[in-house]
Amino acid sequence: MAKKDSTFLNMTLTLLIVTALSAVALGFVYNSTKGPIKDAKAQKLKNAINIVVPGADKGEVEEFKVLSPDGREELTFYKVTHNGELKGYAVNTYSNNGFSGHISVMVGFDENGVIIDNNVLEHAETPGLGDKTSKDVSDWNSQFIGKNPAEFKLNVKKDGGDVDAITAATISSRAYCDALDRAYRGFVAFKESSDSKLVEVSDDNTLIEDNNTEVDSTSNENIGGTK
Amino acid sequence: MNQWKNFTKGFIKENPVFILLLGLCPTLGVTTSAINGLGMGLATTFVLLMSNTVISLIKNVIPNKVRIPSFIVIIASFVTIVDLVMAAYVPALHAQLGLFIPLIVVNCIVLGRAEAFASKNTVLSSMIDGLGMGLGFAFALTILGAVRELLGSYAIFGYKLINTDGMLVFVLAPGAFIGLAYLVAIVRRINK
Repeated sequence: MAKKDSTFLNMTLTLLIVTALSAVALGFVYNSTKGPIKDAKAQKLKNAINIVVPGADKGEVEEFKVLSPDGREELTFYKVTHNGELKGYAVNTYSNNGFSGHISVMVGFDENGVIIDNNVLEHAETPGLGDKTSKDVSDWNSQFIGKNPAEFKLNVKKDGGDVDAITAATISSRAYCDALDRAYRGFVAFKESSDSKLVEVSDDNTLIEDNNTEVDSTSNENIGGTK
Repeated sequence: MNQWKNFTKGFIKENPVFILLLGLCPTLGVTTSAINGLGMGLATTFVLLMSNTVISLIKNVIPNKVRIPSFIVIIASFVTIVDLVMAAYVPALHAQLGLFIPLIVVNCIVLGRAEAFASKNTVLSSMIDGLGMGLGFAFALTILGAVRELLGSYAIFGYKLINTDGMLVFVLAPGAFIGLAYLVAIVRRINK
């Protein structure tokens, strides 16, 4: 076998050629898979939204960010409309208190803040215990459907809330509640800001209505504060 | 060397998982279900086949002292290609295997075959060796995944046999060690 000698020039040239060829090949593959990967991600997001706000696959989805009242957290909202009619808001929320850290949750609210449906997007919880927060594994999270967090305390029963925790996975249940609660707080903040925006737009002669909205939003805040 | 023997040695006689005990990180990590094991095995097979082929093609122009870095760059490129292609066309499986696909780069089997076989043999033998070893790896992962899925959730390839929770320990990490140990013992007994 006529192996090349390991001279400095030979080694440098070989490594240069090998890495250059690899880079070209990778660039080519990256470019040709960029589109499909983007489509797959968009499709995945659409499916996730469709689970929590049924009808999202046929309607239009508008994405926007909402800052929480303290301005430290940012949540992604998806407003779903179908033929101009509001179907609901899907909120991509999270908690860092899971048994294995970060969990990501998608929850759908109707315009009054009632939970339409909810599901886990990503988690690293224990298979067989904490992963029961996911719809694929158990129907545990269906207990939130149709509940308004204004009356339904998003805390496990052990902590004085209204949520049945998963047996042997209280930490995962708590984290899930934390994520939903964060989404609801964001939703309340969004509602208030959009109400006040309406006020800004309205004319001077609708001052009384203006006051009404103010009252409404403060009562909203109160409800939000009591949970 | 007899090519048929070269191909079949990866299944039992020199099975990467059961006999050589190489690449145990993905073996223990992904085999929570049979389909995960199969997906991981096939991804590794592709990388093994391609890297073995390319390395045996260029073995004579690579200076001895830089052969390992060159091999690693070639292997890493193929792994990245697999990673991108899987993300594009099988996103569900890609999400399941997640972290373990990039880790094929450091899977000892791939570099092991490149160094021990492909850099010393002809292109055809290297291709057959890569394919046999890869399929042997896929075979072992599928068996281990099937055992763990069967005991851990009473299901096989996602099809539920008994509708209750299984033995949780087999889904968790300790179950991987227990399952693998019994399979290694059985294979050694057969080989005797």
